[in-house]
Amino acid sequence: MTKIIVDGKELDVPPEFTLLQACEEAGAEIPRFCYHERLSIAGNCRMCLVEVKPGPPKPAASCAMAVRDLRPGPNGEAPEVFTNSPMVKKAREGVMEFLLINHPLDCPICDQGGECDLQDQAMAFGGDSSRFAENKRAVEDKYIGPLVKTSMNRCIHCTRCVRFTAEVAGTGDMGSIGRGEDMEITTYLETAMSSELQGNVTDLCPVGALLPKPQSFRARPWELQKTQSIDVMDALGSAIRIDTRGREVMRILPRVNELVNEEWISDKTRQVVDGLKTQRLDQPFVREGGKLRPASWLEAFAAVADKVKGARIGAIAGDLASVEEMFALKTLVESFGSKNLDCRQDGAKLDPKFGRASYIFNPGVAGVEDADAVLIIGSNPRRESPVLNARIRKRWSRTNMPVGVIGERVDLTYPTQYLGAGPDTLASLAGTPFGEILAKAERPLVIVGQGALAREDGLAVLALAAKLANKGEWNGLAVLHTAAARVGGLDIGFTPSEGGLDAAAMAAGGVDVLFNLGADEIEIGAGPFVVYIGSHGDRGAHRADVILPGAAYTEKSGIYVNTEGRVQVSDRANFPPGDAREDWAILRALSDVLGHRLPFDSLNALRAKLVAAHPHMAQVDAISSGDAAKLASLPQGSVSKAGFVCAVQDFYLTNPIARASAVMAECSALAKGRLQQAAE
Amino acid sequence: MLQDKDRIFTNLYGYGDRGLKGAMARGAWDGTKGLLEKGKDWIISEMKASGLRGRGGAGFPTGLKWSFMPKPDPARPSYLVVNADESEPGTCKDREIMRNDPHLLVEGCLIASFAMGAHACYVYLRGEYIAEREALQRAVDEAYEARLIGKDNINGWPFDLYVHHGAGAYICGEETALIESLEGKKGMPRMKPPFPANMGLYGCPTTVNNVESIAVAPTILRRGAAWFSSFGAPNNVGTKLFCISGHVNKPCNVEEAMSIPFRELIERHCGGVRGGWDNLLAVIPGGSSVRCVPADQIIDCPMDFDSLSKLRSGLGTAAVIVMDKSTDIVRAIARLSYFYKHESCGQCTPCREGTGWMYRVLSRMAEGRAQKREIDMLLDVSKQIEGHTICALGDAAAWPVQGLITHFRGEIEKRIDQYAANPHSDPVRVAAE
Repeated sequence: MTKIIVDGKELDVPPEFTLLQACEEAGAEIPRFCYHERLSIAGNCRMCLVEVKPGPPKPAASCAMAVRDLRPGPNGEAPEVFTNSPMVKKAREGVMEFLLINHPLDCPICDQGGECDLQDQAMAFGGDSSRFAENKRAVEDKYIGPLVKTSMNRCIHCTRCVRFTAEVAGTGDMGSIGRGEDMEITTYLETAMSSELQGNVTDLCPVGALLPKPQSFRARPWELQKTQSIDVMDALGSAIRIDTRGREVMRILPRVNELVNEEWISDKTRQVVDGLKTQRLDQPFVREGGKLRPASWLEAFAAVADKVKGARIGAIAGDLASVEEMFALKTLVESFGSKNLDCRQDGAKLDPKFGRASYIFNPGVAGVEDADAVLIIGSNPRRESPVLNARIRKRWSRTNMPVGVIGERVDLTYPTQYLGAGPDTLASLAGTPFGEILAKAERPLVIVGQGALAREDGLAVLALAAKLANKGEWNGLAVLHTAAARVGGLDIGFTPSEGGLDAAAMAAGGVDVLFNLGADEIEIGAGPFVVYIGSHGDRGAHRADVILPGAAYTEKSGIYVNTEGRVQVSDRANFPPGDAREDWAILRALSDVLGHRLPFDSLNALRAKLVAAHPHMAQVDAISSGDAAKLASLPQGSVSKAGFVCAVQDFYLTNPIARASAVMAECSALAKGRLQQAAE
Repeated sequence: MLQDKDRIFTNLYGYGDRGLKGAMARGAWDGTKGLLEKGKDWIISEMKASGLRGRGGAGFPTGLKWSFMPKPDPARPSYLVVNADESEPGTCKDREIMRNDPHLLVEGCLIASFAMGAHACYVYLRGEYIAEREALQRAVDEAYEARLIGKDNINGWPFDLYVHHGAGAYICGEETALIESLEGKKGMPRMKPPFPANMGLYGCPTTVNNVESIAVAPTILRRGAAWFSSFGAPNNVGTKLFCISGHVNKPCNVEEAMSIPFRELIERHCGGVRGGWDNLLAVIPGGSSVRCVPADQIIDCPMDFDSLSKLRSGLGTAAVIVMDKSTDIVRAIARLSYFYKHESCGQCTPCREGTGWMYRVLSRMAEGRAQKREIDMLLDVSKQIEGHTICALGDAAAWPVQGLITHFRGEIEKRIDQYAANPHSDPVRVAAE
C-alpha cells in the first residue's frame, strides 16, 4: 500500500492503482471519455487531467499515471493529487472546449441526448460558451453494419470502440484512419463488423457517434421504464435491463454482473427486440379440418380435454421456458401418471441422475479466469455464448493459455490448437502434446458443447471429458448449454424417469397427446395431438393442433438457471399481447378443465411448491455446486468416429423470437455471406 | 571560433571520400576495439563527463540517458534506436552526417550499443531521405564487409545495425511514436511513464538518441571528455552543427562551438544578414517549434541551451531560421501552424482540435480578417494545448504562436486595423476543409 493525498485527504492505495482509481477511492469524481475499466488505457481524451505535487508544472492524465510512478516530496512526504485546483479546472475546461469545437451540438436530434457523457460532463466541467468562430469539421457517416448507426460528426475519437473490437471482441473490425483533424473512426472498407458483440460499442461510445441502428429516433431515454431482468437468448443468463415505453419493449441493455456477463451482452440479446412484436400468438387456435382457426380459451381447453381422456400423454419443454412453467407442466403431466417428460429437445444425453456436476458449467463463468488450459469439445462458444467466449479470450490475452479444440474448425477470435474432429481424438488425447498440457495444467477447463452430447455416444464423451477435467479440488468439467431453460429443466427433473419416453420417442409418435411448451427446434411427427404453449408462430405452432398463446420472456417473471447452475429471476417488463397469458397461468387454468387441478393459484404459491421440492431454487444468484465425485458414475462406453457438429449453426436464429426478428435475419444473412466469402 | 582541427564532422560538405576508406583516413574506426575494451562504465562516465547534451532538441544529457538502461537480461534484450527522422522545419544537420560522414554514425551506434548492452540497433530514417538511406546503407554494408560490425566482428561486440525507412510523418520523430512505427503500428506517441528505458521497442529497454548525439560519441571518447567540454559555456559544452537558413547571405550548415554569439555565427559563416543587421526582424533559433526571438534580443545572445531558454526560446536542433524585415511574420507563423495541424497525429484532444483552430485563426490574422480580442483568445488556446498533450507536439505547435503574440502583437493589430480601415465585402463562406 502506498500513501497518497487526494485533495487533502490522506489514504492508502495499492501502488499499481492509477491516479484515477485512487481519486475515486477518495471520493473525487474524475471526468473521462477514453478511460474504461474493461479496456486498455489510451489516455487520449485528456479529460481526466489532475495536478500532481511534486511534479512538473503541468497537469497529468490520471488514467494513465500509476500511484507508484509518483515521486515523494523532498522530505519524503506522500505525493499529493489535486482534482479541483484552478489548474485542473482550467485544463478540463480547455479540453472540453476542444472537444466541443468540432462537435455538432445537435443534442436535440441526437438519440444519445439524455444519456450522453459529453452532455453531462460539458454541464459539469465545461465552460459556458464557445470561442470557436471557424467552420466545424464535417465527417462522412460510415456503414459499419446493421446494428450500429454512425454519426461521425459527433465522434470525439476516444477510441473505445476500436479498443473494444480489438481487445474484447477480438475481431479488430474498427480502427482509425487519417491523422490529426482528419482522423476518422471506421471499419476501413466500410464493411459490417463481424463480431457477435458489436452492439456493445454503442454502450461504450460516450457520445452519439455510434448508436443502435434499429432503435434510431424511436425513444428518448427519459421516457423509458427500466426493468432489471435476465436474458434467455443463450444459456449464460446475462443480466439485462429491459427498457419499455407503455406496452412496448424499446430496447435491451446490459447490466453489470461481474460473475456472468461483466457488462457485455451479445447482439442477439440486445437486438432481438423487434422479434418480440412480430409473429406473436395473441389468441388461442384450434385445428379444424387441417386448418388452424382462432378460438376462445374455453374452446381450446375443451379441445384438449377431449383428447386427453385415456390417452398416453407426454410433454416437451423448449429452450426459453422458465422453471415455474416447466414445474407446473411436470406436475400436470405426472398427475396423469405419465413419465413422458423431456426438456432436452436437442436429444442431449444429460441426465440429472448422474448428479448436478454432470450437466453444469462447474468452474463457473468467472472460473474461466482461473483456468490455465482450455479444451473445447464439440462446441463453438463464439456462437453458443459470445460473452463467455470473450471471457475465454480475456483469459487467453492475459496469460496466453493454450486452447485446444475438438470438433469443427472454427475461428474463436483467439488462437487455438486444432486437435481433431470427433470423440476418437478425445479418447486418444493422453500422450499427445495437448494431452500433456492438460495433464500438467492445475486448473484445466474442459468445455463440452451440446454438439458433443446430443448424439448416441454423448454420455461416453461426457465421461471422457470429466476424467480430463477433474483435478482434485478443481472440477473443470464445463457443460456449455445453448438453452436458457435447460439447466432449470434438468434441475427439476423434467426428464423421462424409468420407463418414460424421451423427446425423440414422443415426437415420433410415442404419445397420443403431446404438450409442447415452446419447443420449436424439434420436428414432431404425424401421430400425436400437439398442444402448443408458446409465444411465437414458429415451427411448434405450425405443427400444433391447439395453440395456447403464452408470454415471451420479457412479459413474465420467471426463474432461469444458467449454464453454471446460477439461479436467477427475471422480471416482467411489459404484458403479453392480446389474449396471451403467462404460461404457468395457462397450465393452471387448463388443469382445471382437465380435472387435475394444480395445487397453486398464484405465482408465489407455485414458487413455494417449487422451492419445497427443489430447495436450491430459493437461492437466487447463487450456485449450489455439483458433487464431482458423482461424475464417476457416468457410464464409460465406446465412442464413434463421426465428427462433432456444433449445436448452433446460425447464431442469429436460434430461437423463435430471434427468427421473428428482421434485424436478426439481416445479421444472419450478412454472417452467411461472410462465411461464404471465407470459404471461397 | 572553432578551429578545423577541432571539428568532428570533417567531411560535412562531402568534399572528401564518403566511403569507409576515406572515413578511416579521417580517423573513424580508429581504435574502436580499444574503446570498447575500456568497458561500459568507462564509456558512460566519459560521456557524462563530456557534458554532451542530446542534439535532438530537448538537450537531455546523453551520458545520463545511457546510464538509465537496466542491466542486460536475456529475456528482454536492450535496443538502441537512432532517431534519424529529422523532420523539423529548418533542420538539416543529420542528413549531412548520413550523406557525407555516415561512418561516424555507424561507429557511434556500435559504441553506444556496447555501452548500454544492446546487440541490435535500429536507425529510423525519415521517409523523404532517399539519398541518405542509400548512403547510410552503403556505409553499413561496408562496415559489415570489413567486419567492423556484425555478429562476429573484429571489435568483439556482436552487433547488428538495421536501417529502417519511415514513411515521412513528422510525429515519428517523437521517440515513442518512432518506436510504435518501428513495431509496425501507427505512429502515435505512447504515454509516459513507462519510459522507453524500461518499456521501449517490443516492450524491451530501449534508448532513443539523435543521429548527431550518437555520431559525436566516438570522437569524444577518442579525444577525451575534457577536450569536448572545453568548448562553449558551462553546462552547454561541446561543438554543435548549426543549420542556418533564411535571410542570410550564405545559408549553410556549420559545426561550431556551442555558445557562439549569434552575431559571430552569422557574420563568420553566413556572410551576414541580408540587407545588414538593421534589416533583421526576428530569428527562430532552434527549428520551427521554438518561440521566435526579435532581432534586438538575439543579436548578442550566445547560441546555447540555457541562454536561449532565458529568452523563452530554445536551442532545439540548432536550426537557425533568420527572417529579415521583408518577412510577413504573421504569415510565416501561420504557415508553421499549418504544418503542425497537418502533422498532428490525432490521438489526443488538445492537439488534434487545437492545432486546426490556431491555424485557422492565424491565417485570418495574416490577412487582418480578425478581431483584436481574438489575439488574447489565440494565446489562451495555445496555453490550453501546451502541456496538456501526450507528447511534445502540442507544445511545439503552441510555442511559435506564443512567440508571435509575445513579440509581434503590434504587427497583428496593425494588420487588423488595416483590414478594418478598408472596405471589404464579406468573404464568401466556404465549407470546412
